[in-house]
Amino acid sequence: MTLINKMVRSNEFYLFLVIVVICVIIQIRSGQFFTPNNLVDLANAMVVPGLFGVGAYLVIVSGGIDVSFPALASLAVYAVTRVLVDSDFQGPWIVPFLLIVVLGAVLGAFNGLFTSRIAIPTLIITLGTANVFSGIMQGALSSVQISQLPPSMEAFGRASLFTATNPKSGLTSAMPVSFLLLVAVVAIAFLVMRYTMFGRGIFALGGDESSAVRAGFKVRRIKFWLYVLVGVIAAIGGFVRTTSMGQMHPTNLLGSEMLVIAAVVLGGAAITGGTGSLTGVMLGTLLIVIVQNSMILLGIPTFWQRAALGILIIVGTGISAVQITRRRRRQRLVAE
Amino acid sequence: MTTSTSTPTTTKNRFGFLKDLDPQIIRLVVILAALLLFFMITRGGAFVRVSTWQAMGVAFPEFGLMALGVMLTMITGGIDLSSVGIANMTAIASATVMLSMAPAGATPGQQATAMVVGILISIGLGTLAGAFNGFLVAKVKIPAILVTLGTLELFTGIAIVMTAGKPLSGLPMIFSETLGGKVMKIPMQLIIFVIVAVIIGVILSRTSFGAKLYMLGSNATAAKFSGLNSGSLLIRTYALSGMCAGVAGLVMMANYNSAKADYGSTYTLLTVLIVVLGGVSPLGGSGKLIGVVLAITVLQILQSGLNMFPQVSNFYLPLIWGATLLLAISIPNITATLRKLTKKD
Repeated sequence: MTLINKMVRSNEFYLFLVIVVICVIIQIRSGQFFTPNNLVDLANAMVVPGLFGVGAYLVIVSGGIDVSFPALASLAVYAVTRVLVDSDFQGPWIVPFLLIVVLGAVLGAFNGLFTSRIAIPTLIITLGTANVFSGIMQGALSSVQISQLPPSMEAFGRASLFTATNPKSGLTSAMPVSFLLLVAVVAIAFLVMRYTMFGRGIFALGGDESSAVRAGFKVRRIKFWLYVLVGVIAAIGGFVRTTSMGQMHPTNLLGSEMLVIAAVVLGGAAITGGTGSLTGVMLGTLLIVIVQNSMILLGIPTFWQRAALGILIIVGTGISAVQITRRRRRQRLVAE
Repeated sequence: MTTSTSTPTTTKNRFGFLKDLDPQIIRLVVILAALLLFFMITRGGAFVRVSTWQAMGVAFPEFGLMALGVMLTMITGGIDLSSVGIANMTAIASATVMLSMAPAGATPGQQATAMVVGILISIGLGTLAGAFNGFLVAKVKIPAILVTLGTLELFTGIAIVMTAGKPLSGLPMIFSETLGGKVMKIPMQLIIFVIVAVIIGVILSRTSFGAKLYMLGSNATAAKFSGLNSGSLLIRTYALSGMCAGVAGLVMMANYNSAKADYGSTYTLLTVLIVVLGGVSPLGGSGKLIGVVLAITVLQILQSGLNMFPQVSNFYLPLIWGATLLLAISIPNITATLRKLTKKD
């Protein structure tokens, strides 16, 4: 199979075409899509869902589903920010960043402990942990909005790489530094998935768990560290969201899990595990971000968002399900 | 060592009749009794009052009805996360029709017709929405988790679009008086729940449809080879779950005296928790109605009891629910580990 042939048959290629078509339509209707500031706005809007998407992708490739990451991120960020604000922290942003990441890893390990020990759909486990996390945050810590972040965190949220200006309207949009975090996380995830035994293990696990065991993968250990890693990525997402908003809103992230899972599945990751690419994840996230953004550009009321998201999930997963069924049928014919 | 091995044998001799019972159900009965005892001792009079129990009977049918539907789908090895979406969507559709048929100042006759039409719409639309889930699961072969995640968004989205996110109120008086009323001190909501639960119990234990549900859930391949039409079976199961959600929508409408797109948004987890806690295996093929009903009762009593402690804030509820769910799914694992350990000794 030639490279072009392979590319044309991939899910990512069609997704890319869909995105191009949508972009062109929006450009024609509004004339505002390909302005520099809109493109920067899109990149900005992609950072948090993109980060979460990488985490959700890793779990889905392993054959699971995680709905706890928004609660995990909120709890990690809230707890750290609360302590720092109360102690009047004045140090550099890297300190809260690392603290949040460590707490994310601990909470991720909590997920990992259950998923590696109990043979029950991870959806049910993470539904449980999601409620524990948000319950700790809202009940035990009796969370309220923190309107004043430590100065270094606020500065991080305001820091920008460059500023894009719309030549006509004069609107400006700044490219946040956090975009580099997204790039870094995607790059690391790419390297891990492609070049390490751990990454191979995640794919093997999602393909067929019992075969993975027989092939010598330490399935329990892989699952545990996978959820630790996902906790870390989610915590970074929470950090970016909080700094970019300039305040800690405890419930702001809750409920975003469906959107992220939808993006990953749209990107071609089979929900049954074992396949999927980071390119697809980024394209899927981009598609959802564009659809959300363009509703505003096209003047469609925002209360259509959830319905549009539902349709996207159903159509997107439907197409991939039909593809899987066809592939199986073809394999069966070949086998006969 | 001697105690750990001898205890089961003495239990068997003395309580031989217990060995036929599901251990999960015994566990639930014990938990229930302990909770009742605890709240009676600590809260005494307030807890035994009739009004407390009436309030419980009003509150739990909302999510209890949804849980009954989720139970059916989980027995087949699937899941239904869209119940809350279906309930709100059907309630809004039914409220819209009732409001247009019986605006403020309508005659009792008009109100009664509007109510009947509204009820039929809720149940009918719920069944249709469920059948749509079933179609996607059975024919398009999308995993049930994703289908119902998607339709949860879709149905909630439709509900938001229909109302622009605002509540619909001013329902005909007769509606809330009938569905929110009491018959001989028993809340109507509780009666509706009992009726639906009995119907589902009969379906599960007395019909071939029920037997097929368990067959499909325990081994889909074997079921297929024994000539089971799993497609139509699944569509009917999800339709039934949607119907339960539609009835739950009616109850919510009666309880809040209005319909809104985001009522009961915490119920998605709660229904799954109830069904798993009730002893239904998330992998399908097992589970009893009585277990689910017990689980519903346990959680409602826990919630009502905790409400009597003002120092425990409502925000702790997700923490308690989540911890209960994790505990419920860990117990079989923990007991298996313990058994292994004692065997080694």
